[in-house]
Amino acid sequence: MGEATATTTGANRTGFPSLRPVGLDGLLVAFGDGLDVRVQRAVLAFRAAAEAAAWPGVEETAPSLTSVLLRFDPLVTDAATLAEAAGALALARDWSAAESLGPRRRWTVPAAFGGSAGPQFDEAAALAGLSPAAARAELAAEPVRVLTIGFAPGLPYMGVLPPRWDIPRQSGLTPLVPEAAIVVAIRQLIIFPRATPTGWRHIGQTGLRLFRPDAEEPFALAPGDEVRFAPVSEAELQRLIADDPDRGGATMVTVS
Amino acid sequence: MSGLRVLDVGPGVTVQDRGRPGWLAEGLSRGGAADGLALDEGAALLGQGRMLAALEMAGLGGRFEAEGDLRIALTGAPMRAAIEGSPVAWNACHALARGQELTIGAAEAGVYGYLHLGGGIAREPLLGSRSAHLTAGLFGPVAAGDRLPAGADPGGPVGLGLEPRPRFSGGRIRIVPSAQTGLFTAAERTRFAATDFVRDARGNRQGVRLAHEGAPFSAEGGLSILSEVVVPGDIQMTGDGIPYVLLPECQTMGGYPRIGTVVPDDLAQVAQAPAGARLRFDFVDPAEALAELRRTAAGRAADLRRRIRPLVRDPATIPDLLSYQLVSGVTAGHDAAEQEISGGTAK
Repeated sequence: MGEATATTTGANRTGFPSLRPVGLDGLLVAFGDGLDVRVQRAVLAFRAAAEAAAWPGVEETAPSLTSVLLRFDPLVTDAATLAEAAGALALARDWSAAESLGPRRRWTVPAAFGGSAGPQFDEAAALAGLSPAAARAELAAEPVRVLTIGFAPGLPYMGVLPPRWDIPRQSGLTPLVPEAAIVVAIRQLIIFPRATPTGWRHIGQTGLRLFRPDAEEPFALAPGDEVRFAPVSEAELQRLIADDPDRGGATMVTVS
Repeated sequence: MSGLRVLDVGPGVTVQDRGRPGWLAEGLSRGGAADGLALDEGAALLGQGRMLAALEMAGLGGRFEAEGDLRIALTGAPMRAAIEGSPVAWNACHALARGQELTIGAAEAGVYGYLHLGGGIAREPLLGSRSAHLTAGLFGPVAAGDRLPAGADPGGPVGLGLEPRPRFSGGRIRIVPSAQTGLFTAAERTRFAATDFVRDARGNRQGVRLAHEGAPFSAEGGLSILSEVVVPGDIQMTGDGIPYVLLPECQTMGGYPRIGTVVPDDLAQVAQAPAGARLRFDFVDPAEALAELRRTAAGRAADLRRRIRPLVRDPATIPDLLSYQLVSGVTAGHDAAEQEISGGTAK
């Protein structure tokens, strides 16, 4: 799940960057349509450049897995006007070749996989063609990257997992997975900031609180962060959460 | 500080302003009032700024006691309201004296009614807004015993009424193509635009479910589409092909494909469509929709002013006459009405 395994699969970069309107107040600048660490690097680098450009009317920018949303005030500008400037910037260089985006944060997050902490772990492992033990080992072997934050406040989409984890969502919803649960689909892992119904498979549990509105820094994770899961038993996780209710034993170091 | 004490309240009552734009990169959707036009109407009635917070009441209001002399306005989905038991007009502003009780009942049309205070509801903002964002866990629903503090009210009119823009019974909704519309075949898009939908009972500030007869709607790629940005107004198809129109408290990203996006000025009409209301969706040209959005925004203040009238010009909304009509059910001369109300034994 490091860069070497993830750069080549699932990505079709012909026709990119592309620009598409989102409603009447958004422009989506996409750099690919598959999970790819080069696409992700382009997304984050282009987003930083778009922020710096501060085009008139642009009210915020937000990265997704493959694209950057430019949300604008439709009374000030429009998608066509913005597309000229943004399109020129998108083509101005190879954004996927961007240098380091600054200091990188590395997290180690204790996680219990399987059992009642992850009732669909065995099922997900089987869909990936692995025994539960092999799946557990693979998920802990390499760090994943926070590809983007979205869906809910502070929720990280993390990857890219090896191709065998390209398992679809369920057609139905799991009614409720608990706060800080780990779910899997489409070569990605998610940790949920709050108890949530989901179409992804529930495979594990952490004690990391991702969104604390009253805290000085409300959001724990940011795009580009590395996350390594340290497997622990359910009992050990409960002990870690009791000692450290906000992080459940998760630690972070910043490396330049 | 003056304010309202909540004596009793329905289950879906929250404080709302225009939400928290600017947190999409952190996964927090804007939120804010489900019917922004109702905020504008309340602000116009009270002669105050449009960024103030009001009480949003989904389906059912509550009982409130004034802790000081207040001005209030009532907008959005019409609900039966009374001050000290005397009915008062909806889409209007009134005086509420210290110690008086305001009761607001069930919605008679639409979904979301709004109670505005002169000076706005002035609780301490969280992440830049006073809005509850229930799915994000920011604030919570209003509960019995809560205090709703009023901001400083420089004073202004009471006794004005406003003719609301109709939006409480479904109807035709304009949509524009969005980033994922191309995932649906032309035939599927045509079928969508030709389908009569009914607003399902399942719905909240995140979105409303639409029911229809006929096959579910499907996109290329189905359950393996990569998650992409989501905005309020998007119409997404869940795994089983059922459309949902997403509202202000929606997710910021998701993998369900979206066939189009409701134009901003029509989103309140979706939010206010009660369960069972019929909805149709018309694809419109984005350039024309944008031009109209700008015309509407430029003319909004003047339009609101034009729709405001002193309440006394409409006898039906004078509290005592309304009481009389409820009691007797017949039309009578003014004197008879007074006798009927005051004594109940006339003639």
